[in-house]
Amino acid sequence: MTIEATHIPVLTQDELETPPLSLGELTWRRFRRHKLAIFGAVVLVLLFFYSFGGALFVSEKYANFNDTAQHLLGPNLMHLFGTDTIGRDILARTIYGGQISLLIGLFAVIVETGLGIVVGALAGYYGGIVDNILMRITEAMLNIPEIFLLIVMAKFFGGKIPDISMLGRTYSGSVILIVLIIGGTSWMYLARIVRAEFLSLKENEFVLAARATGTSNFRIIFLHILPNSIAPIVVSATLGVANAILSEAYISFLGLGVQPPTATWGNMLDGANNYLDSAPWLWFFPALLILLTVLSINFLGDGLRDALDPRSRTV
Amino acid sequence: MTRYFIRRFLQGIPLLFIISIILFVMMMNMGDPIATMGGRSMVRPEDRARLTRQLGLDKPIYVQYIYWLIGNDWTKSDLDGDGIAETTGTRRGILRGDFGTSLVNRGVPVLQVIGERLPNTLILMLASEVVVVLGALLVGIYSALHQYSAFDHFITAALFVGYSMPIFFIALLSMYIFAVLFKRWGLPYLPTVGMFDPQVGKTTGQVLLHMILPVTSMSIVSFASYSRYIRSTMLEVMGQDYIRTAKSKGLPRPEIIFVHALKNASLPIVTVVGLDLPFLLGGAVVTERIFAWPGTGRLFLDHVSRGDLPVVMGILMLIAVAVVVFQILTDVVYAWLDPRIRYES
Repeated sequence: MTIEATHIPVLTQDELETPPLSLGELTWRRFRRHKLAIFGAVVLVLLFFYSFGGALFVSEKYANFNDTAQHLLGPNLMHLFGTDTIGRDILARTIYGGQISLLIGLFAVIVETGLGIVVGALAGYYGGIVDNILMRITEAMLNIPEIFLLIVMAKFFGGKIPDISMLGRTYSGSVILIVLIIGGTSWMYLARIVRAEFLSLKENEFVLAARATGTSNFRIIFLHILPNSIAPIVVSATLGVANAILSEAYISFLGLGVQPPTATWGNMLDGANNYLDSAPWLWFFPALLILLTVLSINFLGDGLRDALDPRSRTV
Repeated sequence: MTRYFIRRFLQGIPLLFIISIILFVMMMNMGDPIATMGGRSMVRPEDRARLTRQLGLDKPIYVQYIYWLIGNDWTKSDLDGDGIAETTGTRRGILRGDFGTSLVNRGVPVLQVIGERLPNTLILMLASEVVVVLGALLVGIYSALHQYSAFDHFITAALFVGYSMPIFFIALLSMYIFAVLFKRWGLPYLPTVGMFDPQVGKTTGQVLLHMILPVTSMSIVSFASYSRYIRSTMLEVMGQDYIRTAKSKGLPRPEIIFVHALKNASLPIVTVVGLDLPFLLGGAVVTERIFAWPGTGRLFLDHVSRGDLPVVMGILMLIAVAVVVFQILTDVVYAWLDPRIRYES
């Protein structure tokens, strides 16, 4: 890459005096140029509006109300997306299922990020035996394909948690379980990223300075080093939401996920392949919503990566 | 360098122990294997107790793990419930190559149960891996050479869609279009489930026909990450000095691309393929379930739901061993392909 003399920008007096852009402003500037990322963000907002705003128009009772006389109706004016095998309205169920699916995605990523940060930070910061043990466990879990781990974990913890009531609604206890399982099977990549960041950052002078002034290890890890490695964490967490929503869909599709009557986009698909030729609307709408969500999150994550972490290459 | 690989190999051994312990502990709540054994008839309590003792399920978990690992032919256990250990065990343990016998198919060795399914999975998975690698090479190289062209933009967006596609969506959609709708329209249609038509029998043509839809669905999903990867390594290589040298020497363009560039760009691709290959053993759980393909993925699913620990552990440990071996093999191949790499430390 050669820069010719004519391309060197000449700073005017005015530009010299403008204060430098903050990280947030810089990020926003780069993010804005990424049209697909903006598109992803807009679609995501719409999807959130669909599942949380939609709840204002249909009640959850209606979403779980089954009228077997009306089962397997194709899309019509009464039921825009049709009805399922026991006569529940699919449109209403995609709204309430969307809430659960999106929340599972978000909370699973919180679990995943928490675990990944703690494991990665401890391994990278302390090194030695701690690093050795934690990284061996991380490697061990990476050696088993995620879907197998999910199934085994879902089996291990399955059927233990009773239903929970919150905000006047009853949720299947399996929702919390699935959040923990998805978080517990996906933290390994993040832990590796965080560990690598810590390994290089801990050699910096500001860490030495902090240590010299008697700062505790806890504060050094979480207040000094962690904020400096936030960019790759944010990117990986964003993409993690997409992955978590997919995981929920896969595990629920296999019938091991969130149990009915609580709807999720994933468990609406369970058994839908038995009605492949007679009732395609059973699987089409929930699967399309999953695709849209995952796609928008991936666009958003890609844009965030370019904006926050320009050095890293997309794979 | 040999020393390096020997060390890598030795490091793999404790790793496999950790994996087996984690998995074994998680298997402890898989459900009651005896409950599914009796079939329709109720199992009497005394039979249940006897079965539990026979299968060694009454032992604490660490004893079960040790028996699974090194067998129980060196010790006696109590089978008739009188409190005296009198019967010598027959299991030889996984370390001596005995994976145990399946609990669901009583008495059939685990390796035989898995061995019956493994070829089915491998033809499916290898076929889709070949399709993916070849297709991704074509698309990745083409869009790298025509960076920022309309095709490149289109393919980048399309790959994003493929990458985000849940496998069941593409599978159900393709089944609906190519089987249901084509049939309805009177066109030649593709079969959706199983490996062959039982009325025709397991002929090569039948299996190939039944493979089309599952292979396509799986390929579309993993195609995206491969092409994106190939595109970016190809772009990187095309910016190197030796490519400029080749260009300035006046070499023909195909030679530059396929000899000078591709050779170097293929190194990272070898790594990705090498690291993905062992995971093919496990099959695709969701795909095999949708297409009712009798592979290891479905075997796993069926036996997990019936608490068949030996088979489930067997499948997972085979994958784990394959992953460890392939990681080392990939490193060997990488060092062999790229003389710049030396594993010394």
